[in-house]
Amino acid sequence: MTWFRREKTELNPADKAESRLRTEGLWSKCDQCRNIIWKKDLEENQHVCPRCGSHFRLGARPRLALLFDESGYQELDAGLFSTDPLSFTDTKAYRHRLASARSATGLQDAVITAEGRLDGQPVIVCAMEYGFIGGSMGAVVGEKITRAVEYAENRRQPLIVISASGGARMMEGAVSLMQMGKIAAALARLDEAGVPFISILTDPTTGGVTASYAMLGDLNLAEPGALIGFAGPRVIEQTIRQKLPEGFQRSEFLREHGMLDAIVERKQMRATLIRLLAFCRPRAEAAPRPRAAGRS
Amino acid sequence: MNMADLPSSSNPAWQRVELARHPQRPSFLDFVRELCSDFFELHGDRRFADDEALVGGIAAFRGRQVLVLGQQRGHDIKERIRRNFGQAKPEGYRKALRLMRLAEKFHRPILTFVDTQGAYPGIDAEERGQAEAIAFNLREMARLRVPVVATIIGEGGSGGALAIALANRVLMLENAIYSVISPEGCASIMWRDPAKKETAAAALRLTAPELLELKLIDEVVPEPEGGAHNDPARAAAWLGEALERTLNQLDAAADLPGQRYQRWRRMGQFFDETA
Repeated sequence: MTWFRREKTELNPADKAESRLRTEGLWSKCDQCRNIIWKKDLEENQHVCPRCGSHFRLGARPRLALLFDESGYQELDAGLFSTDPLSFTDTKAYRHRLASARSATGLQDAVITAEGRLDGQPVIVCAMEYGFIGGSMGAVVGEKITRAVEYAENRRQPLIVISASGGARMMEGAVSLMQMGKIAAALARLDEAGVPFISILTDPTTGGVTASYAMLGDLNLAEPGALIGFAGPRVIEQTIRQKLPEGFQRSEFLREHGMLDAIVERKQMRATLIRLLAFCRPRAEAAPRPRAAGRS
Repeated sequence: MNMADLPSSSNPAWQRVELARHPQRPSFLDFVRELCSDFFELHGDRRFADDEALVGGIAAFRGRQVLVLGQQRGHDIKERIRRNFGQAKPEGYRKALRLMRLAEKFHRPILTFVDTQGAYPGIDAEERGQAEAIAFNLREMARLRVPVVATIIGEGGSGGALAIALANRVLMLENAIYSVISPEGCASIMWRDPAKKETAAAALRLTAPELLELKLIDEVVPEPEGGAHNDPARAAAWLGEALERTLNQLDAAADLPGQRYQRWRRMGQFFDETA
């Protein structure tokens, strides 16, 4: 015989589901310091861990919101989308991958290009979206960035590109490879026009994106701790058959090896850009730049 | 034809991959020997080292003084190791640009020959800025004031190939391949199964006729039956004709950087629903 008996029946399972719903997704875990952070604290801290300062990945829209003035921004060429030029299918058809990336991110492809003002000065900003097929660069990303470079040149407005990308998009094969050449060729003209280009490398920036525009800034900046490189760490490990040293291919490693002008914390990025653009003003008119000696 | 020459696969894309990597396929320096006289190799990037994976020099080609450069994989194992299997490091790409600027200074056309799995993925290459070296070459090649003709002679592996191929015209040998990633790499990433390399080779559309159809290259140069290794002299003669014709056409071009920009500006297709 029992002394105590449950008087009521078990709690309603629907309530359980509801209580789970109310707390789900409210917390994040920092990959660096392993602390549990309330998501609202994280958002208020621009997705930087309040405990250890580690920079979480950030989508293209919040990036743009952090940089532009309160007057906001206008998107450019938002109507461009992929033709699936190779009709590529691996374990899943590329067009299905595109469709799920579109519904997951609300974007047509892996970059938003936009015009707006930074401290009152008109600028063109491109922000890559890592959540869209790893931020990979196919024909649409290549074309949107090339057009952004051309707008910057024609309007003589500074260009800022925030990279977050695994590199060229495999599912567009050599089409994506050629985007590296297209953008680099446009950047040569921007350079000759004397219009500034600031490249911001965020976690991760690798492959064909690093090996084209991301390394071609008049100034190359990076967020702390970002993975930046040409070959991915796994490929290098397989090639040399040994473990990679701690901190290899992180922002601090790149600065030490002379590849970056500065590492800038997210909270300081806007103020830093304003400071840098005070020095790097677009040249007034399109006078041809004198060629360096020995370049005929 | 002996057994070794028979294709090991019924997949036509993979057959071309095997031909492009055939150990007897003529290398860059084999083509230079057939096509040019008075080749004089020029070494070093003036910064760090001389990269033997990427060879450059001056030569006489059908009555012209030209700069030639390309990746050299090597035929035997000793040469391959010395050449790092044709996988250049940053110093290789920086040497290439130094020589291209030399050619520009003296108004000489540039012929590049691409044959590499890709730029070398190693710790030292990353430390010295492999990505920066490739990116810088792309931008600076875009504004060279002399004719630049690139030919994919074997394997055109991704950024490491493109870094010497931002040309006014891009030719490709019939059995060469040109891709954003190797079929093996694509198979292990997309299928998580390296054995799917043949399927990946077909999916990537990396053969010369497919790339011509995609308008990513300008001309396919035919090879002797069975591949260039069956008759290297004839393969070189046919390539020589195509190169001479292309250089003659570019002689007439008024604005070479402008022509090059327009060529690259067209790369890639997309839908535009705002239009």
